[in-house]
Amino acid sequence: MDYFIELFFGGLTRGSIYALIALGYTMVYGIIGLINFAHGEIYMIGAFTSFIVATVLSIYGFPLLAIVVIAGLAAAVWSSAYGYTIEKLAYRPLRKAPRLAPLISAIGMSIFLQNYVLLAQTSDFLPFPALIPDFEFMEPVAHIVGSSDLAILVLTTLVMIGLTFLIKFTKIGKAMRATAQDKTMAVLVGINVDRVISATFVIGSALAAIGGMLIASHIGQINFYIGFIAGIKAFTAAVLGGIGSIPGAVLGSLVLGLTESFATGYISSDYEDVFAFSLLVLILIFKPSGLLGKAETKKV
Amino acid sequence: MFPVKELKRSFLISIWFAFLTFPIMVIKVDPIERTVLWRWDNMFFIAFGSFVISILAKVYLLRKERRAGRKKAKKDIAEPFVQRILREPRFLYPLSLAVLVLALVFPMFFSTYQTNIMTTALMYVVLGLGLNIVVGVAGLLDLGYVAFYAVGAYSYALLNLHFGLGFWAVLPIGGLFAAFLGVLLGFPVLRLRGDYLAIVTLGFGEIIRLILENWNDFSQGPSGIANIPRPGFFGMDMSFASGITYIYYIVVALVIITIFVVNRLQNSRLGRAWLALREDEIACQAMGIDKTKTKLIAFSLGAFWAGFVGVIFAAKTTFVNPASFTFLESAIILSIVVLGGMGSIVGVIFGALILILMPEYLRALSEYRMLAFGGILVVMMVFKPDGIISNVRRSYRFKKHHSKEVIEP
Amino acid sequence: MSKAILNVKGLTKNFGGIKAIDKVDLDIHPGEIVALIGPNGAGKTTFFNCLTGIYTPSEGDITLRNPESGKETRLNGMKPNKITEQGMARTFQNIRLFPTMSVLENVMIGRHCRTKALIFGAVFRNPATRREEEEIIATSYDILKKVGLHKQVDEEARNLSYGAQRRLEIGRALATEPFLLLLDEPAAGMNPKETETLVTLIREICKEGHSILLIEHDMKLVMSLSDRIFVMDYGKKIAQGTPEEVRSNPAVIKAYLGEDVDA
Ligand SMILES: Nc1ncnc2c1ncn2[C@@H]1O[C@H](COP(=O)(O)OP(=O)(O)OP(=O)(O)O)[C@@H](O)[C@H]1O
Ligand SMILES: [Mg+2]
Repeated sequence: MDYFIELFFGGLTRGSIYALIALGYTMVYGIIGLINFAHGEIYMIGAFTSFIVATVLSIYGFPLLAIVVIAGLAAAVWSSAYGYTIEKLAYRPLRKAPRLAPLISAIGMSIFLQNYVLLAQTSDFLPFPALIPDFEFMEPVAHIVGSSDLAILVLTTLVMIGLTFLIKFTKIGKAMRATAQDKTMAVLVGINVDRVISATFVIGSALAAIGGMLIASHIGQINFYIGFIAGIKAFTAAVLGGIGSIPGAVLGSLVLGLTESFATGYISSDYEDVFAFSLLVLILIFKPSGLLGKAETKKV
Repeated sequence: MFPVKELKRSFLISIWFAFLTFPIMVIKVDPIERTVLWRWDNMFFIAFGSFVISILAKVYLLRKERRAGRKKAKKDIAEPFVQRILREPRFLYPLSLAVLVLALVFPMFFSTYQTNIMTTALMYVVLGLGLNIVVGVAGLLDLGYVAFYAVGAYSYALLNLHFGLGFWAVLPIGGLFAAFLGVLLGFPVLRLRGDYLAIVTLGFGEIIRLILENWNDFSQGPSGIANIPRPGFFGMDMSFASGITYIYYIVVALVIITIFVVNRLQNSRLGRAWLALREDEIACQAMGIDKTKTKLIAFSLGAFWAGFVGVIFAAKTTFVNPASFTFLESAIILSIVVLGGMGSIVGVIFGALILILMPEYLRALSEYRMLAFGGILVVMMVFKPDGIISNVRRSYRFKKHHSKEVIEP
Repeated sequence: MSKAILNVKGLTKNFGGIKAIDKVDLDIHPGEIVALIGPNGAGKTTFFNCLTGIYTPSEGDITLRNPESGKETRLNGMKPNKITEQGMARTFQNIRLFPTMSVLENVMIGRHCRTKALIFGAVFRNPATRREEEEIIATSYDILKKVGLHKQVDEEARNLSYGAQRRLEIGRALATEPFLLLLDEPAAGMNPKETETLVTLIREICKEGHSILLIEHDMKLVMSLSDRIFVMDYGKKIAQGTPEEVRSNPAVIKAYLGEDVDA
């Protein structure tokens, strides 16, 4: 039973990280209909930035709390900057191009960023400092649920609540929803669509960066390639939940995280990624609209 | 000349990029020694580089705009030089002949090492042409193309290991296996929208690689299969060097066959249907084209070619392991198609030669190879989505007797 | 009167909550030119999309009867390409040509469903394939002559004028050898002179034995061309009959409130 609970919480933790990344995919897709292939790399850059900043700060002897806050902020700021820049450089000029063009551009961007980090930093795995201390009150259950699991769950929940508020009640959130529904109409009512799209990339990237920092601290190491697999999995989660739907992304991520956790725990860990990929292929074949997505008929 | 406003803009851009790349380019930490290296020179390079590039890009865009304006005024003024050569048989045929002769005598004038590199490049020409049918002509973005390549390679490795089958026997089998797998995968996924198709094929490619990596009893896992025999020539024993030359000629032959077949396919009923499908699926269906079937043919035909080259790859390297079949391999082949010009045979040939030979000869560059691939995909899409050589549209000739009134008695 | 070649019974199409088409009946007899009219958003295009298999109807029956063989086919749930093979072809309201293919190639695509060559034929160009290819070119060229585009065979479709693009769409549809041709607002965006040419063209096509169902907002064109008219509003059929009957129908006048019915 302990093992089951351990796997369950492991799955939830995984799932919440996927959710932080999946939201970026879903929001961008909802607004411009593009699978932002480079989103996994944004997450990786977030992890790297927080790694670099945290290590520098700890070398200069900052206290842990300051390190966590500053590293988290730095990751969010720089990842957002990357997301913003990528959209302007690689996607915006292609708004009116055939559908495959921005996708190919996104794939190129993804490969470019991976190798950029590889060349500027290293190809080795780097040990990531533990940013989350072991809480004392967790001691009795520490063998089942770790402190960092708890911290991730709490933090992710807080971020989700914040995002919901942002989208439901702020001006930019409303503009985002309007743009997602009907771009032409949004322009007509005076929404600056370019700015909304930029904001979407910025918000999605910041979420991914936080996810990147949390998972890196949880697992304890990073390298330039982590974005590829994580990106694909988060994308799977977004599709599973119904791409374009924000609650769908969260639900899909939790389902995927739990499935992976139980499958690797009870069946075999060799095929961890095969499970995720197979799930992706199967959903796209049998239910491309996902759990919460709406099937659309294209207007002719 | 260049307006001051633009200079200011470029200056701001360079500051932005200096900021953007600051943590990753400038700081390098060693978490074990606990030391920090500040590489300020990188910041300077980035700032300077982005300043220059932004000016160049702006100049390019301005000129393009001006040219577009002029073109509207005076239509079809200048067909690009290359296009004209490709369209005119009296240039094209002698040129092709010259290239062919050059290819045939290549091993006599160059070392075994050079021949080997050229063989690799030509293999990518074939892979590029195969993928070109799928992506360039039919417009199906296949990101798992390498899976079919792997199937070909492992077909030879395994059939040879277990049943002792030779190269020539496996060559068609490898192709057919790959094509069969293409049909099997294509049947359910080809009805998906374009970008979903891309992701599914990517997932599929990774599944195949992961299976090869983890299913030890079947594929010998990550360590791969060694001692695969090179192709035989009527049971003759060959030295290492002549073996290399022999494979080179096999690949040259394959390139010629591929060009011939792809060219004929493009100018056929099927080829037209592929092009039309790329442009408008709904209109195609309304014109009576069976979408799924037509796509499936393109998809499995592309797979067939990849399987073919896979067998040759196994024979050439005499060793296969899953590490040769990563997603990056698919990305390289895709770059070839995109750089060359989607749908253009000559373009793909150029694309493969540039992308494969350049890093081989410019060793210093090879470290930056993948960076360049990624960059090329983006830059091509933004500035020149047609590739270096865009497809030549065929024009049809009419004889008077074509007209129906004359044909019918 | 001979038997109907198209028979639609109780056709309904729902999009979520809204009924874009609500229990519409319609029939077309051989050699007829029938018009389908109605205000914007009445569901006319949706009706075409249901007939041609691009949308799946929610309810109702669509039966097509080949006037030569007498074969009857129920079209519900059939794929669009199969429906075209049965002998019904269409044009689109918002032109859907293959923009970067040449004018001739656009029409050649229409021959696809009447020809056969596949990989083998393409690669080896056996005599049968060569003959087929020549036939495709010849027929397409003849069709282009008919629609008046034979001087622009090598032009890319996207470079044609608006009116020429609409005629090319008609040509492309004709290449599939339909006995029933569906035209969705063929005169939209045309100047009066182009419209006149179009009217002549449609008459000619009809004379050659194709029946025609057309959606059109140009009332002058509709009244002069059609044998019968069906009127839709809010997804429902509100009237049908000869041009004279429809013109004086109070329901129609009400639907068009303010619009110039008897132009
Ligand atoms: N794919 C779809 N999804 C949802 N609603 C649709 C779809 N296609 C059409 N509709 C709705 O069905 C109704 C009928 O539209 P339709 O295009 O058939 O009208 P129409 O009679 O052709 O109008 P027009 O004269 O402007 O072309 C409209 O309210 C439209 O918004
Ligand atoms: Mg309409």
